[in-house]
Amino acid sequence: MIRGTIKVDTEICKGCELCITACPQKSLGLSNNINSHGFKYVELIQDNCTGCINCALVCPDSAITVYRQSKNSIKQNKKVTV
Amino acid sequence: MNMKYDNNVKLMKGNEALAEAAIRAEIDGYFGYPITPQSEILEYLSKNFNEEDGVVLQAESEIAAINMVYGAAGSGKRVMTSTSSPGMSLMLEGISYITAAQLPCLLVNVSRGGPGLGTIQPSQADYFQSTKGGGHGDYRLIVLAPNSVQEMADFVFDAIYLAEKYRNPALILSDGTLGQMMEKVRLPEKGSLPKSIPEWAAKGKIKNKERNIIYTSAVDPTVMENLNKELQNKYALLQQEVRYELSQIEDAEILIVAFGLSARICSKAQEMANDNGLSVGLLRPITLYPFPSDTIYKLAQKVQAILVVELSAGQMVEDVKLVVNGSCPVFFHGRMGGEVPTPDEIFFELKKITDKQAVKN
Amino acid sequence: MINKCEIEDLELVYEKPKTLTDTPMHYCPGCGHGVINKLIMEVIDELKIQDKTVGVAPVGCAVFEYRYMDIDMIEAPHGRASAVATGVKRVNPDKYVFSYQGDGDLAAIGTSETIHTVNRGENILMLFINNAIYGMTGGQMAPTTLIGQKTSTSPFGRSVKNNGFPLNITELISKLDGAFYVTRHSVHKPNSVRKLKKAIQKSFEYQKENKGTCFIEVISNCPAGWGMTPLKSNEWLEENLIPKYPLGDIKVPTKN
Repeated sequence: MIRGTIKVDTEICKGCELCITACPQKSLGLSNNINSHGFKYVELIQDNCTGCINCALVCPDSAITVYRQSKNSIKQNKKVTV
Repeated sequence: MNMKYDNNVKLMKGNEALAEAAIRAEIDGYFGYPITPQSEILEYLSKNFNEEDGVVLQAESEIAAINMVYGAAGSGKRVMTSTSSPGMSLMLEGISYITAAQLPCLLVNVSRGGPGLGTIQPSQADYFQSTKGGGHGDYRLIVLAPNSVQEMADFVFDAIYLAEKYRNPALILSDGTLGQMMEKVRLPEKGSLPKSIPEWAAKGKIKNKERNIIYTSAVDPTVMENLNKELQNKYALLQQEVRYELSQIEDAEILIVAFGLSARICSKAQEMANDNGLSVGLLRPITLYPFPSDTIYKLAQKVQAILVVELSAGQMVEDVKLVVNGSCPVFFHGRMGGEVPTPDEIFFELKKITDKQAVKN
Repeated sequence: MINKCEIEDLELVYEKPKTLTDTPMHYCPGCGHGVINKLIMEVIDELKIQDKTVGVAPVGCAVFEYRYMDIDMIEAPHGRASAVATGVKRVNPDKYVFSYQGDGDLAAIGTSETIHTVNRGENILMLFINNAIYGMTGGQMAPTTLIGQKTSTSPFGRSVKNNGFPLNITELISKLDGAFYVTRHSVHKPNSVRKLKKAIQKSFEYQKENKGTCFIEVISNCPAGWGMTPLKSNEWLEENLIPKYPLGDIKVPTKN
C-alpha cells in the first residue's frame, strides 16, 4: 500500500467534516480539541492514509496539505514505518 | 496642461466637436447607449475612432455602459461615456462606485427636459443631480458647464485632466442645444494630455508587488469613514480648481448668475439692459463643482441684487442663496421642461428688479 | 490522534496554491465558495498567468474574494460583474479576465448584462455559482430557488403562482451564438472538484485563443442559508439541485 499523510492547519479548519466523508480510507475524524475560533478541527484518526488528496480537494478552506511516500521509495519497496 | 490647437476652423455640432475632442484626447475607450440629444457622440465615435486606438462599444443599457467604464477605468485606461438626463439617472449607481473607488473617467450629460421621459429639448434641471453627487453616499463629481461648441471640445481635455489629477470622475454638464447647434470651433491637438498607466490600476499583479484591488466596501465602519475622509479631503483640495467668467461687474448694480446655455442668453439680456441704462454684471460659473462661492459672496456685498437664471425650477439659485446668506436679495427666473427664455424675458426681469430696488431705496 | 508519520522520502503532493493569500476565508463552514476560489487560483498558478489576470467579483458572498485571491481584482456593483469585466477586457485584450457571480447577481439583477455579455461573445470566463439562495443577505429566495424550497422570503416554499419557475439561465445563454463553452459542474465530491478544475483550465486556454465567452455554472451548497450541516447540504444538493440542474457540458466547441 502506498502510504501518505496530511497536515491540517488547525487554526484555519472550520470542522465542516466534508473531508471526513471524502476520505476513502476513513482516516479522518474530528478532534476533541477546539481551535481559537471555537471550531473542532480535523485530524488523522487512523494510520491508513494513502495521500490520495481527496480530503484536500474538497476542503473549502485549503487547510489540508498532503504528503505521499515518494515514487522512488515505492519502487524500492522501502519499508515504511508509521 | 499645455493645449495646442489645430489651425483650421471647423463648423461642427457640439456633440461632434466633443466626440472629435475625445479622439484627440486619446481616450482608450468609449462605452455608451443611444439617447437623444447626444447620440451623435456615439455615432461620430463609431465612425471615426480608430480601432487600433481603443474601443467604442454600444452597450445594452446605460447601466452596462457605466459599469464597462468602471472596469476599464479600474484597469487604468482613459475612458468615457456620454448620455442624456434619463440615462444619467440609470448611471448613478455606477458613478457612485467609480467615485468611491477613486477612478478617473469622463462623463458627459447632454441634458434634456424632465422629469420622467420629458422632452429632448435643453434643460439644466440636472444641476442638483450633477453637483450634489446624485447617487448614494457622500461623493461629488467635478462638473464643468460649457456654453459653446468650442467649450464642448475644450472641456473634454480639461475634464480628463482634472479627473486624472484628482482620481475622480469629471462630468461635462451640457444641454440639448449645445449638443445640437453648430458653431465654428478650433479643435485641440493630439498630445496635449500626457497618458500613462497609473500604479494603482488593476491590470495584472506585478511580481513581488502588492496586488491592486479596486473596491468600494468595508465591513468596519472606521475603515469606511476613513475612506470617506479621504474623499472629503480631496474635495477640499479640489476647490482650488474653481473656474468662472465675469463680465462687466465693475459698478454693476445687479449681478446675473447663470451657467451654460442660460449664461449665453443672459449675456444678450445684459447687453440690452446696459444699453437701456441699467448696470448689470454677469458671473458664469464654469465649474459647477467646485462652485465659485467666494467670488459670489464678494460680489453680493457690492451689488443691489442678484438674478439667477436657469433652465429649471431653480436649483443653482439655492447654492447662490446659501453663499449670499442674506447679503442682498436673490431673484430667480427659470423655464422648465425644455423651454428656453428669450433675452427680452430676462431683460424684463432685470427691469422689474431695478424697479423693486428703486422703491426700496 | 495519530501524531507521527515517519514515512521515509515524503513527497509533497497537494498544498494550498501560492496564488491564494493566507487570509482566512469568511465563508461559512463547508461552503463551496472556498473550493471554487481555490480552484481558480490553482489554475492561474499552474498556467502562470497571475500577472496577466484581472478578476471581477460583485456584491454577494463573492464580494470579499479579493482578500483571498492574490491577483489584481475589481469589486463590482450587484449584477454588473460581466459589464465590468467587459470594460476591463475590451481595453486590455491581452489580459485574462474572469467574473465570479452568484445566482442573484447573475440571474436576477444582472440578467441583462449576463445575456448581452455572452451574446457579444466577450472573450472572458464567467463563473456562475448557483446555490439557489441569497447567502450574503441572509437566505432569501434566488431566481434559481427550487419550487417548494423554503427561504426567508419564501417561508412556505417557493410557489409557481407567486414566484414563477426556477430560472435555468445557463441553458438559456447556451443558445446564444457568442457562447463558446458552456458547462455545469459541482464541488461536492472530490471527482467533481477535479472536473471543475479541468473546465476552468480549458476556459482560460480558450480565452487565450480569443474563442468567445466561456461560461461555467457551479452548483454549490449554502449550509447556513439552507439551514443544514455541510454534509447534509451536499446530500440535499445531490438529491434536489442536480436533478433540476444536471451536471455536464451544455455547449462544447465544435471540432473543425
